[in-house]
Amino acid sequence: MNRYLVIFLGAVATVTFAFVVLIGLPQVQLADVQAPAGLKPYTAAEREGRTLYTSLGCYYCHSQQVRTPSFGSDSARGWGRASEPEDYVYDRPHLLGTMRTGPDLMNIGVRQPSRDWHYLHLYLPRAVAPYSVMPSFPFLFALKDQAEMGDEIVNTPPGLVPAGKVLVAGPKARVLVDYLLAMKRDYDPRATRGGAP
Amino acid sequence: MTTVPLVYEDTPPPQVAVSERIAADRSTRRPVLLFFHSAVVWLLVGSLLGLAASLKFQFPDWLAGQALWTFGRVRTAHLNAVAYGWSSMALVGVAVWMIPRLVRAPLHRPAFATAAAVGWNLFLVLGIGALLAGWTDGLEWLEIPYPIDAIVAIAGGLMAYSVLMTVARRKTKHFYVSVWYALAAMVWFPIIFVTANLPVWGGVGQGAVNWWYGHNALGLWITALSLGAAYYLIPKVLGRPIRSYWLSLVGFWALAFFYSLNGIHHLIGGPVPTWLITVSITASVMMVIPVAATAVNFHSTMSGRFGALRHSPTLAFTVAGAMIYTAVSLQGSAEALRTVNRVTHFTHFTVGHAHLGVYGFASMILFGAFYFIVPRLVDWEWPRPALIRWHFWLALAGITVYFVALTIGGWLEGARMLDPAVPFADVVNVTKPYLVARSVGGTLMLAAHCVFAYHYWLMVRRRGPERSEPAWAEGRAAA
Repeated sequence: MNRYLVIFLGAVATVTFAFVVLIGLPQVQLADVQAPAGLKPYTAAEREGRTLYTSLGCYYCHSQQVRTPSFGSDSARGWGRASEPEDYVYDRPHLLGTMRTGPDLMNIGVRQPSRDWHYLHLYLPRAVAPYSVMPSFPFLFALKDQAEMGDEIVNTPPGLVPAGKVLVAGPKARVLVDYLLAMKRDYDPRATRGGAP
Repeated sequence: MTTVPLVYEDTPPPQVAVSERIAADRSTRRPVLLFFHSAVVWLLVGSLLGLAASLKFQFPDWLAGQALWTFGRVRTAHLNAVAYGWSSMALVGVAVWMIPRLVRAPLHRPAFATAAAVGWNLFLVLGIGALLAGWTDGLEWLEIPYPIDAIVAIAGGLMAYSVLMTVARRKTKHFYVSVWYALAAMVWFPIIFVTANLPVWGGVGQGAVNWWYGHNALGLWITALSLGAAYYLIPKVLGRPIRSYWLSLVGFWALAFFYSLNGIHHLIGGPVPTWLITVSITASVMMVIPVAATAVNFHSTMSGRFGALRHSPTLAFTVAGAMIYTAVSLQGSAEALRTVNRVTHFTHFTVGHAHLGVYGFASMILFGAFYFIVPRLVDWEWPRPALIRWHFWLALAGITVYFVALTIGGWLEGARMLDPAVPFADVVNVTKPYLVARSVGGTLMLAAHCVFAYHYWLMVRRRGPERSEPAWAEGRAAA
């Protein structure tokens, strides 16, 4: 090839074509996706928790997408119904994920509704799941001699914290668990606020 | 076949050609060395971070006391350091060095390219610092916050200006294939990078944008520039032209068309329109065309001359990288098939594949390029050729252990995950020995990089024994 313009325009054309097909057309197709009636927007605390979830990189090991039964054991494992585009209308950034080093969390709030379980699991994952390779997040908590006004005390099994100390969930642990508990996609994704789909 | 002459560099009389190359190298010396120094530092930083991330699977409570060193941040810092620090800076250095030679014109405004290297480093220091501190855009491959991305956009613009103006002042009639790849990559990358960083995307549509970008950062940037380097180095060392002009043409345009459509195979089974995934699977399979074209072209160029691998570090690394390119691409095409992807998706298998690509293919070619280019920039031969052998074998052993371990471990992980009767604990447990092996592979690669960085440091300081022959060429008549 000896034409500058051929390479230049060819390069622009191929990548533009890919943009139109992979991004443009789906944007058009997904434009009329509406929020399901059963899906609430994130509260301020949940949104804060989601930002923390993102900043700690939880999504590198936990997907947020349940595949159809023809494509895996997701639903059989109790991870919920297959996810639909409607389930993500409030998600920015999307956290679909590409790894399941840990389980899918699309419905973790349904599967594990206990705040205490989540606190313990975040404080020391191996306290509740001995096989786990998840990092521990002790910096979201505080060990105190005595709880203060407004503190949320974590019920710990014997031996986890030194005698005479209490484990207190810090504000970050609290919003993170708020977010995890809000992860419930157990509604009908096609039943929108406007009535029938 | 063709009658089009395969013009490597439109050939002036030898003495003119040599003096032009010297002039070209003189014009690129400063910016290229700055890109290379930076790349070596980012390689060390990136591999340390990668090894730390890997070790966290064996010691999940290690360095867990603060958010800064949690797995999710260290892993991200690793990816950005090796993708945008090591690979990108080294690849840009190679392109900036190669293009003036290939178009027979000294680099236009080298100071712009030097400034680009400075800006690029600023982007990485601020960007990776931000990620460790917890400020992220939250999209794989696009984590660095977009205000900081603006710095690399400016730096990239300066570099591209310098390169494109050089090409505009060319003395050659033909563009050699390496120039196609480099020019196209410099068009592609800004387009995908800016588009994907626009703060307008959300929901599942953003997932499509994310992987359109993510896979094209590999395909249209890292792969394109790496192939451009291989197309330069292999014929250059052998002293014979690339076998087929037409195969390189097919390879280039098929890559441009099909690779750019690959990205959504990262969302197979996900909540995006099925036709969209099918498009990407089809394009992934069609990648067999450019890959086969390139592989046949390289192989027939090498044919009968494989013995030369023993006498050229550049050739050893580059040919290893080119062969791994064929392997990893065919693996990628297979991996995109729904039947295979059912098992491998969401597992460490994918991580093994990614490393085989960026390390086994791109980084090996980059190492080869360093061994060729740096002596021409610092006017000094590599002082300790034995260290190059250590580098080669440690790197090759490292990626082999890494890849084999994650491929087996990932497959077992995926197969167990598909069976709902297997508890998730067993899915995790089956991977553990393979994740230990991954840390071993990572350690070998880090060792390879320490050897390489030490030797590079000797080289640019012109330390060690002064040698008159290229490394590994001892006792061979000048050929």
